Amino acid sequence: MSQPTMNGNKAPHVPMKNLVGFLLSLILTFAALGLGLAHVMSFGMVMFIILILAVLQIVVQLYFFMHFTESDGPRYHIIGLAIAVFFVICIIGGSIWAMTFNSQAL
Amino acid sequence: MSTAIHKSSHGSVHESPKYKGKVLPLEYTSHEGPLNILGFWIFLATDLILFGCLFATYFVLRTHVDGGVTDKELFDNITSFTAETVILLTSSFTSSLAIFAMRNNNKKRLIGWLIVTVILGLSFVGLELREFIEYYHEGYTMSRSAFLSGFFTLVGTHGCHVSLGIIWMISIITQIARYGIDAINARKTFIISLYWHFLDIVWVFIFSVVYLTGVVS
Repeated sequence: MSQPTMNGNKAPHVPMKNLVGFLLSLILTFAALGLGLAHVMSFGMVMFIILILAVLQIVVQLYFFMHFTESDGPRYHIIGLAIAVFFVICIIGGSIWAMTFNSQAL
Repeated sequence: MSTAIHKSSHGSVHESPKYKGKVLPLEYTSHEGPLNILGFWIFLATDLILFGCLFATYFVLRTHVDGGVTDKELFDNITSFTAETVILLTSSFTSSLAIFAMRNNNKKRLIGWLIVTVILGLSFVGLELREFIEYYHEGYTMSRSAFLSGFFTLVGTHGCHVSLGIIWMISIITQIARYGIDAINARKTFIISLYWHFLDIVWVFIFSVVYLTGVVS
């Protein structure tokens, strides 16, 4: 009989999942930093890749650290977050899009 | 062998509830636990919209420097903001280790990792304050240009969140020290860890969108 733990399932002694998550988050951060310092691509291209790296970073945090898939029933929290992400994309994308008509400097 | 018996310090001994054949963690065992956690996810969703608005404002005002300092000139100290990023990423990791310890019912380690997280959080806030004070002395205040207003509002709001999180986490450490790991404390600890990871996610975007954009442009 294995020892009962807080999550009732057999828990590993080494927090492998957490270590992998930490390593991935560091790699993603330094990849973004290295790309920013390298000055090898155009501004738009660099920003695009850096944003993709940031989105991957979110996935790492949600999956490896925040136990995103856990729930005691239907996963309503995922619906809530999805709506928020949709709003945020509309707000940020919409603001930038609308303001480019009004500003020479942007 | 999939039923574990928990004795909660609030009285009852009960069999762990299950969902889809898996035993649920302690924070899901009380009636309110899962509801509180769902509620907190929804709070995070609304907080995300708050930060989204601040990011949109920053993006739009980024180039409006009114002849003053630009983002490229302001963020020339790469070590400073990279250190802040690594510290916050590490604190996110240590708070996940705290949850790992909690689910192994290891009170000592749980408190230990939470204390490490608080210390990392304090050093993050300290570094950020030092950065702000440095800017202030150079005359880069919030009222200097639209760009600086956007910058201080966005990064300052995040800093306030982290400071609040530190106070919150210290109060939870005292409660765990006093009452141990029960269903109520497990739920509280799980929620503060969600909050802490969320702040890390927001910071990753500040790092990318504010600081790195300044370096690249």
